[in-house]
Amino acid sequence: MTARHTSRRRVLKGVFAVAGAALVRVGTAQPAAEPRVIEMTARRFSYEPNEITLKAGERVVVAIRSLDFVHGMNIPDLGMRLDLVPGRVTRLELQPQAPGTIDFVCDNFCGDRHEEMHGRFVVSA
Amino acid sequence: MQRRDFLALTALGGGAVFASGLAGCASRADGINQTDFYFVQLSDTHWGYQGPANPDAAITLRKAVATVNALATPPEFIVFTGDLTHTTDDPAERRRRLAEFKSIVADLKVKNVRFMPGEHDASLDRGAAYKEFFGETSYTFDHKGVHFIAIDNVSDPGAKIGDEQLAWLRADLAKLDRQAPIVVLTHRPLFDLAPKWDWATRDGAQAVELLMPFANVTVFYGHIHQEHHQMTGHIAHHSAKSLIFQLPAPGSQPNRTPLPWDASAPYKGLGFREIEAEAAGSAFKVVEFPVVRA
Repeated sequence: MTARHTSRRRVLKGVFAVAGAALVRVGTAQPAAEPRVIEMTARRFSYEPNEITLKAGERVVVAIRSLDFVHGMNIPDLGMRLDLVPGRVTRLELQPQAPGTIDFVCDNFCGDRHEEMHGRFVVSA
Repeated sequence: MQRRDFLALTALGGGAVFASGLAGCASRADGINQTDFYFVQLSDTHWGYQGPANPDAAITLRKAVATVNALATPPEFIVFTGDLTHTTDDPAERRRRLAEFKSIVADLKVKNVRFMPGEHDASLDRGAAYKEFFGETSYTFDHKGVHFIAIDNVSDPGAKIGDEQLAWLRADLAKLDRQAPIVVLTHRPLFDLAPKWDWATRDGAQAVELLMPFANVTVFYGHIHQEHHQMTGHIAHHSAKSLIFQLPAPGSQPNRTPLPWDASAPYKGLGFREIEAEAAGSAFKVVEFPVVRA
């Protein structure tokens, strides 16, 4: 792991300490052990799937493709947000630490049913 | 009857009164015109909306205009805090809705009317169509010693004020006395009211930080289709009711779906407000009005 990645991990652990919900990493770096990869698409006005079940302690990568707009993905419980740019795959690494629900919402206004574009991670024990 | 007496009677008749709790802000800045006045705030008219949350959408705005025109004492000016129209992907339809809205509100007897956009008006084209009809999306004006600042937090689809507008705000504030009465008009809440419902401004905290050194700041906004009153430090934030449909209280249900239309009580939860500036703009009295008065 490069110094830059080591630094990044320290920052992410800081996020975890504040949020108390998950370790988070965004980007394209490959982790040491292969996490489960969950494909997600974003299009007006939904995420598919919009509910993702995870297990506490499980490390996953959510690979998100936006099909039509620079949708947002705001995850207030984790204090983070993403712009989902069409033509790119945005990778969100999560390692939830405790059971619960983590909501996310599109925060880039995308049209008439923008208010319906949201989803959640459901973390089980 | 004095204006203040009228407001008190209105409150007894069912209107809600909220006086900004600006403790310690009663002192007056030297040289400022001390005349009290009042203005009207209308918000979230969503002209062009069609749906079950308001089967009377085609006439609600016109009724509100008539109610404002019937006020016993005309306001000195009127503000619309965004979402004048309901969004559409079609640029021609967007302009048609803006034109119809402008035509309807032209019937207001009071001609000093200030507009600002909401995300439904401006986010899909960064305010291009809105500007054709109503001009700039951020501006200032002064009225009887109170400095009004309209902040655009919707033309960026990411709900950002943006560095350029923040610099403009900083420069404008730099010209003011720290005791000057300031009213901010905007669409979205400048604070994180409910980020899970996108009820926030991404860089709103920077605007609040710029405003914080000033002793007398009050913010009036829209977006959430209901009254809400919150303080950030000494700065009071008051959201307005909508004129199209109600939304649920922040975080009160899983999703921010419109509250159902109540046929037994049409326009329930909708309305506009009077805002009376007192003590040289260091305090404001808010009186809520329904769309149609009995």
